[in-house]
Amino acid sequence: MIPRRLAGALVAAGLACGAAPGLARADRLVLSVSQPEVRITSGFTGADLVLFGVAEPEGATGAADVVVTVRGPRETFITWRKTRILGLWVNSDSRTFLEVPAFLSVQSSRPTAEMAGTDALRAGQIGLERNIFMQRVGTDFADSVPTDLFRSAFLRIQSAQGFYGENPRGVSFLAPNVFRSEISIPGTAPLGRYEIEVALLRAGRVSATATTTFNVQKTGFEQKIAEFSQHNGLLYGLAVALGSLVVGFFGNLLFRKE
Amino acid sequence: MTIYLPIAELPVAIFTIFAMGLAVGFISGMFGVGGGFLMTPLLIFTGVPPAVAVASVSPYMAASSLSGALSYWRKGMMDMPLAGVLLAGGLLGTVAGVLLFLFLRTIGQVDLAIRVSYTLLLGAIGTLMLVESLRAIRRARRGEPAVVRRPGTRAWFMRLPLKMRFRRSRIYISAVPVVGLGFIIGLLGAVLGVGGGFILVPALIYLLKVPTQTAVGTSLVLTLVTMAAATVLHAEANGTVDVVLAFVLMVGGTMGAQFGARTGQTLKAENLRLLLGLLVLSVALRVAADLVSRPPDAFAVTIVEPLP
Repeated sequence: MIPRRLAGALVAAGLACGAAPGLARADRLVLSVSQPEVRITSGFTGADLVLFGVAEPEGATGAADVVVTVRGPRETFITWRKTRILGLWVNSDSRTFLEVPAFLSVQSSRPTAEMAGTDALRAGQIGLERNIFMQRVGTDFADSVPTDLFRSAFLRIQSAQGFYGENPRGVSFLAPNVFRSEISIPGTAPLGRYEIEVALLRAGRVSATATTTFNVQKTGFEQKIAEFSQHNGLLYGLAVALGSLVVGFFGNLLFRKE
Repeated sequence: MTIYLPIAELPVAIFTIFAMGLAVGFISGMFGVGGGFLMTPLLIFTGVPPAVAVASVSPYMAASSLSGALSYWRKGMMDMPLAGVLLAGGLLGTVAGVLLFLFLRTIGQVDLAIRVSYTLLLGAIGTLMLVESLRAIRRARRGEPAVVRRPGTRAWFMRLPLKMRFRRSRIYISAVPVVGLGFIIGLLGAVLGVGGGFILVPALIYLLKVPTQTAVGTSLVLTLVTMAAATVLHAEANGTVDVVLAFVLMVGGTMGAQFGARTGQTLKAENLRLLLGLLVLSVALRVAADLVSRPPDAFAVTIVEPLP
């Protein structure tokens, strides 16, 4: 049910665009993110970052559109579909989404569909729907059509949990060539390296792209605990088990009826 | 007020977790069940990854069962030799259970197998307890004397060789069914990820005729030992024990277990059994409802955990 040839062509187009910036590009983009590192402490409930960008229109004319795509660390997901078998709802079939961003936020100065033609948008992976979500199809790897049930269910569920999102008013212009965008990282966000990709479009064509990154990582106590449990699992387990006995013992003493 | 869990990697509301510990601790102290069959689903519901939830409930159960066990120990409602024989069987059962779990995974649908067996097991035990305790209560209301236990009415499995005397439980029976019971508890614990108290307590009461209170105390000892061991095993093998989560749970749990144990000792034995029967049956119905009712979303997303 998945048109492999089309999907393959899409992927190829995406790769070609990334690999050969041979298209006439007139702008130069400079980006600055407010926090190159999001530190997770015991009170972490999420973070808000601000991205500033300046376009230097070296000869380019026309109004600028900006799309900010934030892609979190990549993970593999399985989307299950339940069907009714003998009266019981069971996971009957599934699709595996390979190494797709665990966090994906697309913010733009206006709805992405209005910015350019479908081909240009797909090639630049502009817009949440137009990102590539690689699936394993038999022995092959391909993205499926946007109307694919598993693909849309995956996007819907990830969006409902706050991991994926799209905001067509998320980029504002401070001056004709200076823009600003806020990036919200939820408390449940996956840890690791996040990539911000900014695309600037003029008159329906990608005029410039630029990328920058930031990290989300544990720090202080949280980091020490996680490292200790990873490197000294047995010792950590013994310590937790012993601690639980101490808590149980004192819990009993404290609340004993005299 | 929220706190970030370093292993589960998400923030949780600290008082919600504390209250969950308190509530489940109360139940576990009252009935001598570990409470894992309630706590693990609750944690998963709040967003904790299943692997972390299962592993972090173990130290919590160790703490609350020790807290509860000490109260029973002071009152002499604990049978250590019985617990020792059960543990011997339990150890064998755990090993067999891990192997069975691996086998179920290779044929697929382990999730379905677990849920169906959970429903059948809990449903059967819950119904049996409910019927029996209601009968006992009705008998007491009418003023009829309780059924007197006579040596001649012992079931065949108690008359097998290797007889042992368990003084605290006031029984003199073969060690074979005791080891067998421990084996089944260990097996189910490994496959279903539960401490097995809710199976062990009724089995001790109805099959081995152990007095209700002593059954509860002895079950707590068994839960304590197996859960302390499970904590170390989970931490070493999977690295999924979240110390912050476990600590918040156990502070609530030990307090709850105290009140629970006190309440449990004031209740009549048949009322205690009735309540436990209702609890077990309602969990069974809950799991069954999930299986047969149309899910709000036919699709679900799971993360493929990178192998450690």
